Parts: sequence; C-alpha cells; structure tokens
Amino acid sequence: MPTISRDEVAHLARLARLDLREDELDHYAEQLDIILASVARVAEVAAADVPATSHPIPLTNVMRADVARVWLTAEEALSGAPASDGRRFRVPRILDEE
Amino acid sequence: MQQHLTRLSAADIAAAISDGDVSATEVTRAHLDRIAEVDERVHAFLHIDDEGALATAAAVDAKRKAGEPLGPLAGVPLALKDVMTMRGIPTTCGSRILEGWRPPYDSTVVERLRAADVVILGKTNMDEFAMGSSTEHSAYGPSHNPWDLDRIPGGSGGGSAAAIAAFEAPLAIGTDTGGSIRQPAAVTGTVGVKPTYGGVSRFGLVALASSLDQAGPCARTVEDAALLHAAIAGHDPRDSTSLTDPVPAVVEAARRGDVRGLRVGLVKELSGEGYQAGVTQRFNEAVDILTELGAEVVEVSCPHFDYALAAYYLILPAEASSNLARFDGMRFGLRAGDNGELGVEEVMSLTREAGFGAEVKRRIMIGTYALSSGYYDAYYGQAQKVRTLIQRDFAAAFEQADVLISPTAPTTAFRIGEKVDDPIAMYLNDVATIPVNLAGNCAMSLPIGLAPEDGLPVGLQIMAPARADERLYNAGAALEAALRDRWGHLLIEEAPAL
Amino acid sequence: MTADAVIPFDDAIAAFDPVMGLEVHVELSTASKMFCSCPTEFGAEPNSQVCPVCLGLPGALPAVNAAAIEAAIRIGLALNCSVAEWCRFARKNYFYPDMPKNFQTSQYDEPICFDGYLDVDVPTADGIKKVRIEIERAHMEEDTGKALHVGGSTGRIHGADFSLVDYNRAGIPLIEIVTRPIEGAEQFAPEVARAYVAALREILRSLDVSDVRMEQGSLRCDVNLSLRRTPADPLGTRSETKNVNSLRSVERAVRYEIGRQAALLQAGGKVVQETRHWHEDTGVTTSGRSKEGAEDYRYFPEPDLLPIAPDPAWVEELRATLPENPAVRRARLATEWGLTDFEMDSLINAGALDLVIATVAAGGDQARARKWWTGELTRIANDRGVDVHDLGVTPEHVVRIETLISEGALNDKLARQVIEGVIAGEGDPDAVVASRGLAVVSDDGPLLAAIDEALTANPDVIEKIMGGKQQAAGVIVGAVMKATRGQADAARVRALLFDKLGVVEEA
Repeated sequence: MPTISRDEVAHLARLARLDLREDELDHYAEQLDIILASVARVAEVAAADVPATSHPIPLTNVMRADVARVWLTAEEALSGAPASDGRRFRVPRILDEE
Repeated sequence: MQQHLTRLSAADIAAAISDGDVSATEVTRAHLDRIAEVDERVHAFLHIDDEGALATAAAVDAKRKAGEPLGPLAGVPLALKDVMTMRGIPTTCGSRILEGWRPPYDSTVVERLRAADVVILGKTNMDEFAMGSSTEHSAYGPSHNPWDLDRIPGGSGGGSAAAIAAFEAPLAIGTDTGGSIRQPAAVTGTVGVKPTYGGVSRFGLVALASSLDQAGPCARTVEDAALLHAAIAGHDPRDSTSLTDPVPAVVEAARRGDVRGLRVGLVKELSGEGYQAGVTQRFNEAVDILTELGAEVVEVSCPHFDYALAAYYLILPAEASSNLARFDGMRFGLRAGDNGELGVEEVMSLTREAGFGAEVKRRIMIGTYALSSGYYDAYYGQAQKVRTLIQRDFAAAFEQADVLISPTAPTTAFRIGEKVDDPIAMYLNDVATIPVNLAGNCAMSLPIGLAPEDGLPVGLQIMAPARADERLYNAGAALEAALRDRWGHLLIEEAPAL
Repeated sequence: MTADAVIPFDDAIAAFDPVMGLEVHVELSTASKMFCSCPTEFGAEPNSQVCPVCLGLPGALPAVNAAAIEAAIRIGLALNCSVAEWCRFARKNYFYPDMPKNFQTSQYDEPICFDGYLDVDVPTADGIKKVRIEIERAHMEEDTGKALHVGGSTGRIHGADFSLVDYNRAGIPLIEIVTRPIEGAEQFAPEVARAYVAALREILRSLDVSDVRMEQGSLRCDVNLSLRRTPADPLGTRSETKNVNSLRSVERAVRYEIGRQAALLQAGGKVVQETRHWHEDTGVTTSGRSKEGAEDYRYFPEPDLLPIAPDPAWVEELRATLPENPAVRRARLATEWGLTDFEMDSLINAGALDLVIATVAAGGDQARARKWWTGELTRIANDRGVDVHDLGVTPEHVVRIETLISEGALNDKLARQVIEGVIAGEGDPDAVVASRGLAVVSDDGPLLAAIDEALTANPDVIEKIMGGKQQAAGVIVGAVMKATRGQADAARVRALLFDKLGVVEEA
C-alpha cells in the first residue's frame, strides 16, 4: 500500500511544473494516496511472461515521403502567442542553459 | 414547423433539404432558436458560431439551387465537442488554460464534416481535457441533463449528449477515452459510438491518452450515428495510428438490423453486480428481447476485466501527463505570472497552476509518478501488460460470441455535486466502458428504457471486435427497432419538455 | 568569477587515467522535418517553416520521415552497427522553452542501430596510432528550436531579461551517435577524440546525409570525460562539455578538462556531475548549470508512432550501395598510385582528393591530376579566397586540357591561360582556346618566318651554334616565343632552327 508523502507530492509537482500551494500539498497527498492504492492492484496480476501493449493496433512502418510543404505563415504561427515581437515568441528569462 | 424541425432525425432533415421541402438555412435557424431557448438551462454549448453555421447552410442552399448533388448529411446541424480544433473558432477543451485560443488549423474530423456540408453549430462543454464522467470538471460550469436539470449529463462529453437530448442538434461529435461518448449517451437516453481505435483520425483531437482516444458519433438514432460515422471515418496520413482499412459498412448494417443467429455474449465480470437495480432490470429485459429477435445469448468470462479500471487509471494519466506538458504559457493559451521579473520555470509553473483544475492536476501527478524511474515497471509497465491480457480476454470471448453486451454504466444520472469530491467514486462510472478502450475495440451505447426507481434513462453497451464496427450498428438497429415498436416512439421522446 | 584551477596536462596524465565518451549529433539534410513536412532550408525568416506539428499545438500528431529512417540505417551500417529488427520511438519528458511539446520524440532503449565500431588512424607525436572506437548506438530524434537571449551584458543566458524563440529548427531530424567509454587513450586522449570526430565527419560526408559543418551546427559534439587513478579503478564522475564547435575545440576541450579535473582531485575535491560550456576564445570550460541529481526523463514508448521494423532485404540493399569507407579508399588509392603518406596527406589537406579521383575516373593521369589540383588550382583558389571546388573548373576540364597538352596543341603556359579563361566563365577549354586563339601554332610556316626574323636580329647566334654552342639557340627560341605570344611549341622551334642550319641537335 503506497503511502505518498507530502515531499513526494512536492517533487511530482516540480517535475510537472505545477506550482502547488503549501495547503494543497497535503490535500493532494491524501487523494493521490487513495488513487494509487486502488491502481496498485495491477501488481496482483501474474504477468511476468506477458508482453506489454503500447499500441492497440498491430501496424508497423508507417512513414511518409520526404517532401517539403509550407503550411503556416509566421503570422498564423504567432497568432496564439501570449507575447511576441512579431517575428519570434517572447518567453521569460531562461536561467539554465540546456 | 420550426419546432418540428428540431425533432427530426438527421436522416429525415437531410432528405427534407434534398427534396426541397425545407431549406438548410431554415433548419439551421430553427436549431439556433432552440439553443437560444434552452441552453441557458442546459449549458451544452461553450461557443455558438451562428455566422459560420448560417454561411454553411446558405452554401448548401446555393448548391441545391444550382442542381449540384448533395451528400447524405448536407445541411444537417451538428454540435462539436470542444476538444476538436476548428480554425478560427475558440477551442477550450473545457479548460481555463486555453481560454480564448483560436487554433490556426482544422482537425481532420472538421475537414470531413465541412466536406460533407454538415452545419457546425458550435462547440460543446466537457470535463476539462476530457478527464471526468460528469462534465462537472469543466472550468466553465457543468452541463445539465435534459431529463432532470439537477443531474449530470455524463462525461467527459456531457455537452454533446445534452445537446442531442435537448434537441439542440440531431448530431454531435464526442470523443471517448474510457467511456466519454458512451456513458453520457446512456444517462441521456441517446446513442453514442466509440469506433475501433484508429478508425477516425485523431489529428486535431487534443490528446488526452493517445493510445485510448477516439472521436465518434452521437445521435438520437442508430442510423443517424451510422451516417455520421461513415462521414468522419477513414485513413488520415497525418495520423500515423489511423487504420488503412476501408470504412466498415456501418450505414448498410444500421439499415439491416437483423440479429437472427447472432451470438451475443454476456460478460460475467460486467454482469451488474453492485449496479443500480433498475439498470440491471432493464438490461435483463433487453437481453430477453434480443433472444426473441433470434439472437443466441451465451455467457462469457473476461477475468482480467476486474483489473481494467486500475490499468486504465495508470495508462491514461501517464500519457496525459506527457500530452499536457505543452500547455506552459509560452506559445499559446494562458500565461500567468509574467511580470518581467520571474524566470521561465516559474512562469510555466504559475500558468499551469492557474490554468488547470484539480482533477487534471491529480491525473498529471499520478501519471508523473507512474512513469518515474523506479516506479515505471510496477505501475505503467505492469498496466501495459494487463492491457495485453484484457485484449486476450476479448479475443477469447469473441471466439464464442459475435458481439458482447453489458449495461453501459452502473447507475443512472446522479445529482450534480454528488460524486465530484470523491475521485474513486467518479472513476467507477467507467468500469464497464473502459475495457473496450484498453483493447482498441469498438462499442456502442443505446437507450433501452427508464429505470423504474427514478425514471431516468438506462443504456446498453454493445461491444464488437476491432474493425467490426458494422456489427454494433446491425445489433443496435435491431434492438432499437424492437423497442420502438414496443413503445411506439423513441425513448427520447419521453424526455420532459424544456 | 574565479577561474578553475588547472594542472599541466603531462602532470595530470601521469597521475590519472582519462576515460571519454563522445556524443555526436548529426543534423540530416532531408528536404522535410523528422515528424512533419515543413521545409528545412537554412536561413529562412523566423517561424516561417513551422506547422501545428513542429510547433506542438494541441491536437497535432507526428508522421515519420522515410528518408530519415534510411539515413539512420545507412549511418549505422557505415559504422558497422547492427540494425534493429524492430524498434520504437520514445518520449523524453522535460520542460524547456525551445521544445514545443516539452518532450522530445527520440529513442530510448530501442535504438535503430547499435553495437558498431569505427577504426580511426590517430596522428600523434609518436606516429599514427590505430584505435578502434566502439559505437554503442545511433538513434533518431528531433532538434529543438533556437532561443535568442535578449538583455544582459553578453547576449548569453546569464543576465538575460527575456528570450525570443524561433521554431524553424524544431523538428529537424537528428541522428545521435554515442560511443562506449573510450579507455586506454592515455596521454593521446585529446588526439583520439579529435581524430574520431574527424573520421566520423568524413564518413557522414561520404554518405551525403548531412552538411556536417561543425561551425554551422549540423554536426555537434558533446565531450564526456572522467578521470580515475588507474585503469583498474572504477570510472570516476564525469563532466559533460557542450559548445564544442570545431575539431580543434574537441582536442582542446579534452585537454582542458583533464587538467581541470586532475587539479580538483589532487586538491582532495570531488568532480561534480554537470554540464559545462566550452569557450574557444579563452580556452576554458565553465559550469553550465548546477544539476542536483539528474533529471528524470520518464521515458515511455511514443504512442502516436508505430514501431519501425526495417525489412532485412532492404537493409542489405542499403549495405550494398554504401560508398567505400573513406579510410579504406585512401589506403587503396595510395597503393594504386604509389603515393607516400606525405603525398596522400598533402592531397587530403588540400581538400582535393575527391577531385583527383573524379579526374582519374574521367580518364586523366593521377600524377598530372594531383599536380593540377594541389598546385595551380589550389593556388588560384587561395588567392581568390574560395574553395577549390568552387572555382568553376571541373575534372572533365582538367582531362581535356591534359589531352590537348599531350597532343601538342597546348603547352603548360598556354594551358594556364586556358584555365584562367575557364574560371572567368568564358566556356569550356576548347571554347577558350578558340575564342582567345591560344592554340599552339602547328603550322611550320609562321614559325620559320619568325626564326628568320630572329636570326636577322641576332646574326652572331648562327656562328655560335655552328661553333658548337648549341645553347645559343635559346635566344632564337625565346624571340620566336615572344613573337608568337607563347603559342609556339619551343621544342618544335628548336628542331626547325637546327634543321635550317643543318646542325644535329644534341640531346
């Protein structure tokens, strides 16, 4: 029975970029605990030799020809941008270099 | 006449337009008027595109005047679940994080609807990012069940089902990841179909769980659903997971409706243990009718279905947590907290905190957990194996039966607010519908009566193997016809006047 | 900010054993992107080569580029890899503004190519060392957009007020090639790293799958390095260095990191597992970001894409049509042409090996071809500041000129004028000869006339020649060459002169 701690919830929230408030952490920890307890029962199934299904349909090698086609104009691409300089998307300062 | 137009089926509307008995514009106006009359109470719609709808209708009328041939759904109004992109029209997915976003492109489903000259009236309400079974998790307020406005219309596609049940449109598009077309259909007394996975293009369908999502038809009759299914299905090179098979002959099957000699399997694990008494009662009556019609009923067992809910609530959140990562306030949608001081990580986190509701956050965190290093094998990895076992259970069952049936949902429509604070209670609404999505098969829900204890609609689920969608329409049409004969009308005609 | 301590390379090597891992990203030169049909042209207006897919808009889905699969397989085969019978794409989940979906569609535990090697000749102070670099994998993934950092003092990230992002590059196909830990390089680690990247670049160029221009970013190298006391010890903590934009940088960055890490360890400190940034101008690495524990990428199979199962027969077809491994080809030609290592190196350094090969293939003699391409043509190219490939002279031109020389229609001096004409765009060699009238005079008549004139002007020459001083003929020949503007065949003029004087020409 997994007991998910407040710290673990905070870690998950950070990984998922969710800025949860302090009071929310306990509330979510409780709910996540209940949910995880119920889904953990998948472990009861004996499935050691069973292959995992990642795709419900047995297709392979779905590809397209290497042909270029212009779709959106820059204006259309930027149309939903919360901030832009008209040519590029403007985003807040990035602290860490990738 | 106006009111009469909104009571017609899609097939009859199309025929009337094509015969010149009525113009597409009149039909559209009648439906827009109906929406204006009732939607404040039903709240099926988030956005109504009168201008676009009337323009499409006018174009259909012009086509007819010019003697051009009209397709089988030309001029028929339709409501589109707000999870499908439509160029220039607000698409919110029931979330604040997309408030005001107008996509620069049409989903493939919309492209096909346009090509079929269907009149898209507007976008319908839904649980936020399709996560829910009641439409109470919409950031824009719940939709209301036309049978009883204090009750939920099901979810996540409650808006589409409510629109159909309230006669605001004869057709709607929904999407189904774990029952989001079928369960709303069941609790609103309408028809809803989840096509075989890959049968309808997902390009432009804002993804929840990529390996489970499918768009599908919602209607008041099986034939109408078939007409819509045929219009939107088929291979799309832009969706790598779309099937290359020809579209199953669903319309022909819906017009056949012959179950003599059909082997119908009752799934033991979905037999209704713990289900509402009235639901089970109506289901058993429907089984009797199928037998009278010549079907051969057998009992089958799918033992791993008992684990379907658990596997689903691991696979869905895992895929969703990744699919929803793009909502970060950088390229589209809401951006919160950008005061020029904070860094990008903080703005992303503040945006997502402000833009996502509680259920979405819960599922994102469950999904993040299930994929974490150290937990992957026990949770996500194991769930994908259970999925294989469920597929195998179905395969074995379909050796003994041509279709499988069960009640669609364990209860009739519950009250708004009754289960919204209890995630597990909410998840249990999908216990009968989820196995189909995990396997990638197809299924339909159609109305089979009202539960005696509350007078609310009960739905029966028909399941068929992948790529055998026509079996749903054949069996569904037969049952629908038999019930219609018994009642003298469609069940939906008994819905209270709004 | 204080600079990191460094100890001299030789001291560092004496105390520690370096282990390297090299990750090279190759940008493919396909017409469209990896998962969508957007164009991949260089230098387009920002955000003009994007679509819902590569912009990561809600509802968009990826579709795999067949040419990228083919390129990936060919690269793997050229690196002696096994090609997967069945593999999938995977999502690598992390947040960064240049990544539209906040996950990268890549490959995780099922790379399309794996378990290969590359034999590299490493030039060192101790001579050429033959090293086998083991390739762990080559897999497919997509590139990110480009962020411009605005504000701050240097235009680099630290201190920037905001960033502007262009997604044209997002989604361009990348092949990531990862080596296994390179052990046993010892003091030659810098050279080994450089030679490996150079050899890899050459192979990729021969496959014609990428522009492989490090300075343009179509070939990127990340250097991973760790130190241990002896080869028997477990691997140390490694650093990862990025922004290594040239072969020279690869070598220098390895050298620097060895010195920096050694200094740290000698002082009793610990190497931090981190990403560092190489600065070519100052010759140091600086810490890129502090990573407290590695990011959990939560890899899982990409559900929007189906598995790739390359048909074995197709793979064999691709293998059969691979170009000859460049190193193998070099060795073969050196033997065939009887070249010394120095001569082959000169040829390669001039960047003209392929031109010489093409000239030989067009019927030319290899020695003459080498003389032209590494001599006159390289000199002209350098004068003009262009690459010898871009002069406008083709291997066929060179063959034609050589033929004209051997037929006596041109001499070397005239041939150089013909080349000038070809470069100037006056046409092919025959056209230039005709329009400029550069043919060697083949008619004896004008030559005899010119000889008579020259003898008249230099009467003492006849006596000298008759008296046995045959070298005096040079005056006459020179005068005739001048009179004919170099269009006389000097040997013919001599022969006619001696014939006229009735003297037998001494060899």
